[in-house]
Amino acid sequence: MFKRTEFQAIYVMWLRHMKHFVRSKSRIAATFIQPLFFLAILGTGLRGANIVGMTGDYMTFIAPGIVAMSILFSSMFTGVAVLWDKQFGFLQEVLVAPISRFSIILGRTLGGATTALLQGFIILTIAIGLGVRPTSIPGFLLTLVFMIVIAFAAVGFGLAVASKMEDFQGFQIIMNLIILPLFFLSTAFFPIATNENIPEIVVYLSYANPLFYMVDGIRGALTGINNAINPLINLVIVVIICLFMMGIGSYLFSKSEV
Amino acid sequence: MDIIKTENLTKKFNGFIAVDNISFKVKKGEIFGFLGPNGAGKTTTIKMLTTLLHPTKGKADVAGFNVEKDKDSVRQHIGIVFQEPALDTELTGKENLDFHARMYALGKEKRKNRIKEVLRLVDLEEKQDNLVKFYSGGMKRRLEIARGLMHYPTVLFLDEPTLGLDSQTRQAIWAYIKKMNKEEETTIFLTTHYMDEADNLCDRVGIIDKGRILVINSTENLKNSIGNDVITLSSSNNEKLLEKLKSEPWIKNTKKYDSNLSLGVEKGEEKIPIIIEIAQGLNEKIKSISVRKPTLDDVFLSYTGRNIRENETVSPFKEAMKMYRRRR
Repeated sequence: MFKRTEFQAIYVMWLRHMKHFVRSKSRIAATFIQPLFFLAILGTGLRGANIVGMTGDYMTFIAPGIVAMSILFSSMFTGVAVLWDKQFGFLQEVLVAPISRFSIILGRTLGGATTALLQGFIILTIAIGLGVRPTSIPGFLLTLVFMIVIAFAAVGFGLAVASKMEDFQGFQIIMNLIILPLFFLSTAFFPIATNENIPEIVVYLSYANPLFYMVDGIRGALTGINNAINPLINLVIVVIICLFMMGIGSYLFSKSEV
Repeated sequence: MDIIKTENLTKKFNGFIAVDNISFKVKKGEIFGFLGPNGAGKTTTIKMLTTLLHPTKGKADVAGFNVEKDKDSVRQHIGIVFQEPALDTELTGKENLDFHARMYALGKEKRKNRIKEVLRLVDLEEKQDNLVKFYSGGMKRRLEIARGLMHYPTVLFLDEPTLGLDSQTRQAIWAYIKKMNKEEETTIFLTTHYMDEADNLCDRVGIIDKGRILVINSTENLKNSIGNDVITLSSSNNEKLLEKLKSEPWIKNTKKYDSNLSLGVEKGEEKIPIIIEIAQGLNEKIKSISVRKPTLDDVFLSYTGRNIRENETVSPFKEAMKMYRRRR
């Protein structure tokens, strides 16, 4: 049933994303510079600091969080970019083409995942340059797997949000009211479960936070310290989250009208 | 062969009837136009025919395929130029065409040749490698028309193809539309609220108002139904004059609008003195009088009782759509 057209469609959607990315210099700059600031300034600035519940060096602690963050933000943006297409009318052109909506979503997701991975990879390289030591080759490869799964989950989330919104104002609100708190609750910046200053309720909240398993998973796979859960268990949880997000994103997108 | 065939096609949005039981046929190779004010249901009809909206009721076949049961086949056989531009402005003109061709499964060689062909048709060869965001409104429209033709569609849908363009560009777009209809034998279904556009382009016109088709006929026949000439006049007492004129056998039809009367007659210039005499007999003054050839404006006026321009301020359908979207 899967015709050649569908591969072409997936390829077109992917290629389009790549062209957009390469041509948007400001976007490239912003996506690289922001995480770099976190790493270079926050990471080196707090390097010698002793944070309750944290073992070892702060740079090693924060690097996995920043990798996860950059992938999440970049992929989410890809999903939400459907809104641009909606506003500029291009979505109609895609929706009347004789291709399935599944291919449209898949192509776009692959595009988003590609740029997000590229970005995550560069940040990973910078982190290693700044002194973060990966534990092992399998650990490093597992980190890459996490990066891919996280990218897909975030595109799915972005798609779901974009399908339900008419303009960009709502997106800002979601970023500030949902994504930012989730990030603080994800242990990206500071440990939660091992920190005795943090109330128990916050610890439970962090376990209910999908981002926690992503950050904790990368941390366990990459640096092997400060993680609360075995990275393989994290991976299973993150894969489930990813499937769920992709499912919701595709469903809402396929239901959306132009 | 009928390229488009609808039977009692209907679309409701939350109780608001946007398209109301319309049935019509479009023959192979013709340019068929839907003429009506904004909010008459033109775009909704196009969206149903192009599989973007589900009809509430009724049935429609496009290029021999049912728009609900056989969406993919319909999509493969149609080209569309939407009312609002639907180009990717971050890509070049050529890339837009190439991506389109890939989505419609054109082979590599065919793609290359066809891009050249359609670019030549709309005179955009020199601009093909520029990003679309640097194109003018008219160039974008031309590129969209070219894109609509890329995959050799059986029928091309044009939703208000010259909306918002200056008169020179409009003339050029009309020429392109006629050219592709002739050279590629593409059947064309267009909507417009410009009378001159329908007059200039269409072989047959359907007049649509408030979701209903009032009449479908060739532009020639429609204009002839009004009379060979139209006399427009205003007088000190239009009602009284109209009453009297209605009994004259040589007046084919009469219509009152704003502060004017319009009369369909034969040999209009010979009738002017007679009308002035009649008015003098009633002791009424003629303020102005003119004679001209009928246009589709007169046809629209005679079928709806109002000028198409009066409707342009607020469109009830678009308002309803906004409400509908807000609610979701």
